[in-house]
Amino acid sequence: MNKNLTWKLVIIVGILLVFLAGIFGVPKEWSGKGMLAAITDRIHLGLDLRGGTHLILQVQVNDAVNVDSDNAVARLQEDFRTRKINYADITKPDPVNHPEMIVVKGVPPDQTSDFKSIISDRLPEYDATSGAENSWTVAMKAQTLADLKNRAVAQAIETIRNRIDQLGVSEPVIQEHGLGQYQILVQLPGVDDPARVKEIMQSTAMLEIKQSLGGPYSSEQEALQEHGGVLPPDAVLMQGKSIGSRNAETGESWYLISRASAVTGRDLRDAQPTADENGQPAVKFILSGEGGRKFYAFTSAHVGDKLAVVLDNKVQEVAVIKDAIRDNGIINGRFTDQETRDLSMTLRSGALPAGIKYLEERTVGPSLGADSIRSGVQAAIYGMLAVLIFMLVYYRWAGVNADIALILNLVILLGFMGYFGAVLTLPGIAGVILTVGMGVDSNVLIFERIREELRNGKTPPSAVEQGFSHAWITIVDTHVTTIVSAAILFIFGTGPVKGFATTLVFGLLANLFTAVFVSRVIFDWVLSRKQRGEALSI
Amino acid sequence: MEFFRDTNIDFLGKKWYFLTFSLIFSVAGVLSMAFWHHIPLGVDFRGGTLVYVKYAHTPDPSAIHNEIERAGLKNARVQRYGPAANNEVLIALDIQETSEQALDKGKIQIIQALESHATEGKQDLNNSSSLTIANYLLEKDPLHLGSGLDANPRYFATAQAIVNYRDKAKSGVLGSVDELKSVADPTVVASLQDSFFVSDFGIRNVEIVGPQVGQQLRKQAILATLYSLGGMLIYLGFRFEWIYGVAAVLTVFHDTLITVGAFSLLDREISLTVIAAILTLIGYSNNDTIVVFDRIRENIKLLRRDKLSDIVNKSINQTLSRTILTAGLTFLTVLALFLFGGEVLHNFSLALVIGILIGTYSSIAIAAPILVAYQDWRGGRDKKPIAMPLRSGSGPAQPKEKVKV
Repeated sequence: MNKNLTWKLVIIVGILLVFLAGIFGVPKEWSGKGMLAAITDRIHLGLDLRGGTHLILQVQVNDAVNVDSDNAVARLQEDFRTRKINYADITKPDPVNHPEMIVVKGVPPDQTSDFKSIISDRLPEYDATSGAENSWTVAMKAQTLADLKNRAVAQAIETIRNRIDQLGVSEPVIQEHGLGQYQILVQLPGVDDPARVKEIMQSTAMLEIKQSLGGPYSSEQEALQEHGGVLPPDAVLMQGKSIGSRNAETGESWYLISRASAVTGRDLRDAQPTADENGQPAVKFILSGEGGRKFYAFTSAHVGDKLAVVLDNKVQEVAVIKDAIRDNGIINGRFTDQETRDLSMTLRSGALPAGIKYLEERTVGPSLGADSIRSGVQAAIYGMLAVLIFMLVYYRWAGVNADIALILNLVILLGFMGYFGAVLTLPGIAGVILTVGMGVDSNVLIFERIREELRNGKTPPSAVEQGFSHAWITIVDTHVTTIVSAAILFIFGTGPVKGFATTLVFGLLANLFTAVFVSRVIFDWVLSRKQRGEALSI
Repeated sequence: MEFFRDTNIDFLGKKWYFLTFSLIFSVAGVLSMAFWHHIPLGVDFRGGTLVYVKYAHTPDPSAIHNEIERAGLKNARVQRYGPAANNEVLIALDIQETSEQALDKGKIQIIQALESHATEGKQDLNNSSSLTIANYLLEKDPLHLGSGLDANPRYFATAQAIVNYRDKAKSGVLGSVDELKSVADPTVVASLQDSFFVSDFGIRNVEIVGPQVGQQLRKQAILATLYSLGGMLIYLGFRFEWIYGVAAVLTVFHDTLITVGAFSLLDREISLTVIAAILTLIGYSNNDTIVVFDRIRENIKLLRRDKLSDIVNKSINQTLSRTILTAGLTFLTVLALFLFGGEVLHNFSLALVIGILIGTYSSIAIAAPILVAYQDWRGGRDKKPIAMPLRSGSGPAQPKEKVKV
């Protein structure tokens, strides 16, 4: 055997070993069971094959924007008061579609420069543009707005991950989904109870500590009457309710609560279950440094006023501020022990910065996943076997060659998936089928060409040479076109389409190597052992 | 062994038969898409709620339909699903009853309707998750573990074993609570009996897609496919002549049209996995077309004096053996998937079965004639065949001068 050939064989065996390691890792046990465990450890199956819960959520990013602009409105009102600017009205005209927009009406023309300096000093993230009749539109800068929305999504992902971790799900997928749609994909293998998952994710536990401006009232109507039928623009009515399901009071209570918050759940450093002075279960929280400073500034300015602890837009408790408070407090609201544990967990894991809406929900029962994989894999194996046997019958010894190339192709494909942590889904299997199809095709192309050249009277070595060089052009063309379109599918497609594209690209790259290089080396090796003029088995 | 050798079939001479054949199927498909079944989009693209239910006995779709209707879901579609022995039904709600405000409302209503003859105040063990069962056991503590450290893991493991037994050994439906005695402690089973009953069904699978996602997926699938066809066109235009790219893309379009048309005629739903199958067929058909084109390109160089139609015929015949072999082998794999792959893969493999047949046919019957038709249309000024840009690199020796059309 010549030296060149030996080197090529070494390369092939090396690559085979590398990709086998990709599939199996280093198995702990050299038995069938150990190998199977090693495979399932490295090649992950998609939810459609193994069962689980799949959710797509929409982050209501406008919630986060509204929080910011509400605070801006509060800040402006305060500053206008201290700088004695006599505006007529300050509103958010369209909080649903344009939460970033604030309109200030009736700013006296001689105070315009004061007004502008307040905006540029106090709200550097907003721009003011003048409109008709001394009105001004104060809107968040586009970049800030985009950042805020993206941050809301990132934070929601982080929060959801923290919470899902408490469920102890293995290999959860929690990631942004779609391009710029503010959506999140959550995939939880083996979890067949979306209701429980949603309960945990949805417990927004949005904690806000706000000023209470009045209440309790027994109904909304009563609250409105107290204020002459119109609520102050910077306040909202909120229902007071304990989340403690036991001993819940009958009857409603309503409070008038400021829109702006003194501190929110984002300012929390820690939350733990504890007991209040009466020995009732409660949750103790500690604020972060920055949060503590904000809270101190707020409470020292509002001694004697009332403070409301608001959780998910429900007033938990209202207390009078006796002293300036720095960085800790207690929430009590007739909780059970379990509820204080859950609440402190959700508070610790962080509040969702914005509400979420579900767009898609799929549950694949474990039995269905198992059935589909069993029959799918069986069918694929039957198909493969039929192909391998046919190649042997039709091409005799050259068929062995093709079969080795095909098997090696699959090994490399699976090895790739192991290394890249790619997930095998049902559409992924479609990609594998196309890969096998094109792998067979490459071999058939080459062999038919070699036969043709032999018929034209070429010697075996030159027929092999010609067969490979002619077929090579075709193989490159077919593979590159398909890889190009698969790569585009990978970039622009989502979920299943992506799964298809992934296996196809890996498979075709592997095939370029196996069908052309490996198959050629085997031919050369066979030829090197033959006498000159001896016929080729093809 | 060899099936084909030195065939000499006049494929181009039969182009009118091919055209008629393709037209019949395309037009039938288009008519069905326009007037009959339309394009039967699956829940992925249309939005809606699908609940797959497995019964302990042979289900009666009309009785189930009535139960659901009584619960207020007027437009539910109930049909048998899969092999009869599996006792499964599919309950579908359309998008009107699936809103993003309360995405799983329909599912919950269906389950409640099906549980309408439930034992008062008891929970359904066949439709309880392991978490529900574990929480119940923790609360009742039938093994008297107290609040000891091992209570939590013990009960969770028990609940998991119960659910595994139900889903794996019993295919999702328990006949009675007593059956659990083989996997759980008798006191646990007794405790479960106090608060649980077994209904005659289990939910196997749920798919709920809100309207927004459906629309988004539809748009994305179409765009991704168009972009990838564009990429193909550009690559082929660069490697061959632009007309080769156009012919390949037209061929693929023809295949897709006929396959989607067949789905419409058969009233089979096009889901995301079917889209994956259609993408596969596009890849396959394109592969086939390029093989023939490559041979045409090679022969144009060798047989410069021949008419293009003769060259095309010769090329198709030369590659016929490989075309039939590859198609046959791929078809074998796909057929195995169609016959033995189970219900989940059914529509997916159907698309592949149709696709492989059409894809093979079209590279001979559509792609090659387009080249010849284009040449004829260019008129008799210059009878020289369509040339291709020269390439460097491996391959047979290239003629040095570039042949202009």
